[in-house]
Amino acid sequence: MTSVTYRQAVARALADEMEADDSVLLFGEDVGAAGGVFKATEGLQERFGPRRVLDTPISEQAIVGCAIGAAARGLKPVIEIMFADFAGVCFDQIANELAKYRYMTNGQVSVGVTVRMANGAGGGFGAQHSQSVENWFLNIPGLKIVAPSTPADAYSLLREAIRDPNPVLYLEHKHLYNITGPLEGHDPATIGQAKLVRDGSDLTLVASQLMLHRALETAAVLAEQGISAEVIDPRTMVPFDLETVANSVVKTKRLLCVQECSFGGSWGATMIAALVGSRFEDFDAPPLIVGGDETPIPFAADLEAAWLPSPERILEAARLTMAY
Amino acid sequence: MTAHAAGPGRDAGELGLGYFEQMLRIRALEDEVQRMFTQGLVRGTTHLCQGQEAVAVGVCAALMQGDTMTCTYRGHGAVLAMGAQPDAVFGEIMGKAKGLCGGKGGSMHLTDVSIGAYGSFAVVGAHLPIAVGLAFASRYLEDDFVSVCFFGDGTTNIGAFHEAMNLASVWKTPTIFVCENNLYGEYSPYRSTTPIERLADRAASYRMPGVVVDGNDVFAVHATAQAAVERARSGLGPTLIEALTYRQVGHSRSDPAKYRPAGELEEWVARDPLVLLERQLLESGLDPSRLQQVQDAVTGEISDALERAKSWPEPDVETRFDNVLI
Repeated sequence: MTSVTYRQAVARALADEMEADDSVLLFGEDVGAAGGVFKATEGLQERFGPRRVLDTPISEQAIVGCAIGAAARGLKPVIEIMFADFAGVCFDQIANELAKYRYMTNGQVSVGVTVRMANGAGGGFGAQHSQSVENWFLNIPGLKIVAPSTPADAYSLLREAIRDPNPVLYLEHKHLYNITGPLEGHDPATIGQAKLVRDGSDLTLVASQLMLHRALETAAVLAEQGISAEVIDPRTMVPFDLETVANSVVKTKRLLCVQECSFGGSWGATMIAALVGSRFEDFDAPPLIVGGDETPIPFAADLEAAWLPSPERILEAARLTMAY
Repeated sequence: MTAHAAGPGRDAGELGLGYFEQMLRIRALEDEVQRMFTQGLVRGTTHLCQGQEAVAVGVCAALMQGDTMTCTYRGHGAVLAMGAQPDAVFGEIMGKAKGLCGGKGGSMHLTDVSIGAYGSFAVVGAHLPIAVGLAFASRYLEDDFVSVCFFGDGTTNIGAFHEAMNLASVWKTPTIFVCENNLYGEYSPYRSTTPIERLADRAASYRMPGVVVDGNDVFAVHATAQAAVERARSGLGPTLIEALTYRQVGHSRSDPAKYRPAGELEEWVARDPLVLLERQLLESGLDPSRLQQVQDAVTGEISDALERAKSWPEPDVETRFDNVLI
């Protein structure tokens, strides 16, 4: 199978869903004529025309609200919020309208909107263009949250998100756009199902997006040292596949979460609280999190690199867990 | 782009009697809801629209089946004007299982999609972009349906209003923005929070028509709405209507509205939309007994609806898990 970039996988998923279903359409800032700020929608307007691929004003509230209204009438809009940080501009539309419209009307309306946005630090974009925002929405029932780490998952999960009759926040990672891989895995990703990326027996590493790739690097280093780390990619933050992680911990007795965000209110902290509450006896060591510092994300290269969990920091935490 | 739309004045008779019945139904229901809250029979809060009935009725009368309507937490009138059943409205306000939303929504979220009432939204301005989306779907699907949204004067100062107006105009969506200027945004007179007198002037920034209408004259409201609806259906895009009206009650159940200047309420009560319509109907030669018949029928209907809704069961607590996701 041919190898594609993560960026191409996103574009391919959009194109394939648009090809399959006329009710799928795409709009957002610069997604049409410009092909997207991250070039993930390149060629789509040329192929599907301006009726189905539309450029919008810089109006995030209008973008999300318009998608909600269109979905209420049966369309399947995919919208782009560009940098995920801009979700702050339309937080009400996502948190109070998109997530609650179905519930407040007792199911009279379904809101099959896919909200694409780009997570990710590491590129020198500063505090307002670098955040991973899944945690902002963890505490809002009514949303699904997806965060693919590979081209194959980006493709499968986006197609599934578009078909899902529920609102799905689909988080891309801007420092993964250029990674390559096969378009579809043997076992296509599905929303709500984690993936066992690397088998191991001594320690479970759970990590997503850029951090997954760093966790895999760490696992390779640990293997050289005789420590067998299992690596799991949750792929979906809501609904979270706790079972896959729990099954791994039964085997390894040790858990380390690596996340590109600070600790408070994070998916990693939530996962650990749930596992400690229900599977306390399975642990031989306290589960740990390696995450971003409790600060906004700084700009300067050294500062930003230090903010992000580095392979060295992950390794150090892994050793701490193993030594317990 | 500001113009005063004149009501037809003489167009009364059966049509007017129909408006009278609808407006009276809203008034009777709101009066009843006010009583229920005063007596502590219902929980939470409520936002009533006595004095503004002509706006909802006049606008919704210009719609056809398939058109959509969204409104605010002060939305009982608009939802009734679309044709919602009063018992299901009472039921929802009381949180009953057979209420419009099964008790999940309450007074501020009345919704009945089966009649085009796509929701009452309780964050100021939030439904305006959604109304643009409902209208956008008409353009995308190439049908003729328009999307009407009601909102208050206070909404014209929130960002979502401007984003929605701009996008609606750029994409020429068949959206009718109906601003019910009832003089107060919550407890503050709009003149203390807004630098312009005529809110319809906002439309000029978005290159759409901005029309001012006497919101207490149901014929004038209807004629204005009809023109905007026709414009939208023919693909010419959105209109902003500013309906001048008055909230005869406080902002919500806990507001006695002591901030009103002396005499203001009396002045507006003298121009009560029901009083105006009754006068118009009688002047057009309608037999007063017809009005009385409608009055009696509506009073009975609302009282029966309330009793029926009161008798309904509370929702099963397990239903709270339903409809979070599909």
